[in-house]
Amino acid sequence: MVILSLITADLRYKRLETTRSVLDTLEAPIYWLADLPLRFRDWSELHLQSRTRVLEENERLAHENLVLQGRSQQMAALQAENVRLRGLLNSTAMLRDDVLVAELIGVSPDPVRHQLVLNKGRADGVFVSQPLIDADGLMGQVVEVSDTTSRALLITDATHSIPVQVNRNGVRAIAEGTGSLGSLEIRHVSATTDIEVGDLLVTSGLGGRFPGGYPVAVVTEIERDPGKMFAHVAARPSAALDRSRHVLLVFATHTTGAAEASASPAADDANDAKAEP
Amino acid sequence: MVPQGAHGYWLILTSFVAAYVLAVAPMPLWLMWARPEWVALVLIYWAIALPHRVGIFTALVAGVLLDTLEGAVLGQNAFSLVVVALLSLTLYQRLRVFSVLQQAGTVFVLVGINQLVCQWVQNLEGIGGPAPLFLLPAVTSALLWPVVLYTLRRLRRQYMVT
Repeated sequence: MVILSLITADLRYKRLETTRSVLDTLEAPIYWLADLPLRFRDWSELHLQSRTRVLEENERLAHENLVLQGRSQQMAALQAENVRLRGLLNSTAMLRDDVLVAELIGVSPDPVRHQLVLNKGRADGVFVSQPLIDADGLMGQVVEVSDTTSRALLITDATHSIPVQVNRNGVRAIAEGTGSLGSLEIRHVSATTDIEVGDLLVTSGLGGRFPGGYPVAVVTEIERDPGKMFAHVAARPSAALDRSRHVLLVFATHTTGAAEASASPAADDANDAKAEP
Repeated sequence: MVPQGAHGYWLILTSFVAAYVLAVAPMPLWLMWARPEWVALVLIYWAIALPHRVGIFTALVAGVLLDTLEGAVLGQNAFSLVVVALLSLTLYQRLRVFSVLQQAGTVFVLVGINQLVCQWVQNLEGIGGPAPLFLLPAVTSALLWPVVLYTLRRLRRQYMVT
């Protein structure tokens, strides 16, 4: 009886958030312990590297830094231009998002559940539904927060879906997780939509949960069957979902412009409904 | 050696904590499906060895903790572990006289039931693994049963936990 009521309470009513977060706080040391061997390996790699390798890496990083700095010079000019153009269009200015670096301390032991445990929690300002990115793209969103850790749901989880748009032409769609780490499925794309293999999908910012403009996935496969209403479109996530050890938590300032806000309420609903794990 | 009397709650607790750590320890992707159910194994051992102390209630608490640890629906593992505890409590007298191999066979069935219950709850939620694959932990758990058995038995005798 107790168990059945627990299951229903959690599945249907989401009433146990506080209990969960208290237990999560208590269990943080277990994840920390389980992560120790990896941490030790990282540490020993860092401290036992030979001098030449460190120098080499330093040189490479300095080089990379130079290149990135060069690009960011242009970036400032482009951003200013963007703000001016947006001003002309009477839409809100794009603000830069603040990020917080978090480290992975665990992944969900259950292979059907694509979740990560991060070492930042409520004490660092992390909140539920906060977007999570890595160097290459969007990874997912935070679904549970305890005092010192938080749990994030990846975009490939079977219960997750996210509003996206094609970077090339702005066609909007919804990308759903399939339960396998390497692919997303774009649902309800009509057979005549202009979408091609190799198109980059970025977050559209609809629904207000994810900030717009972050790369999500690249279209890998399109199958247009004349007998079906919708095309079957598969995409590969841009982020290194199973490899990133350091991730960025985005503190988004609302960037959706006036023009975007009026579009497609269906995407909003779908996002809100499916965002809970 | 410090005489512990008949208590030694710390040993039971420590064994469960170790099981939790192993249960979330990072594993390579291709091994993910084969992760042994450590908590179930430890629970089965204590239910056989000390049926008057470790039982349904322990299983419930251990299960809820495992649920929050895995981010599963609260009650998923609690449910399956309670079923496992119940079965091992009814079987403990027979299990004690079994050879290790026979015990491993029984553990295979018990963990298999544990997996079935988990799968059932996950299907309620709308997720769940492909059919034969989610039973793989039962195989690995049965293979690891001798290790768990001899380690915990040795510790229990050394610290005289009864």
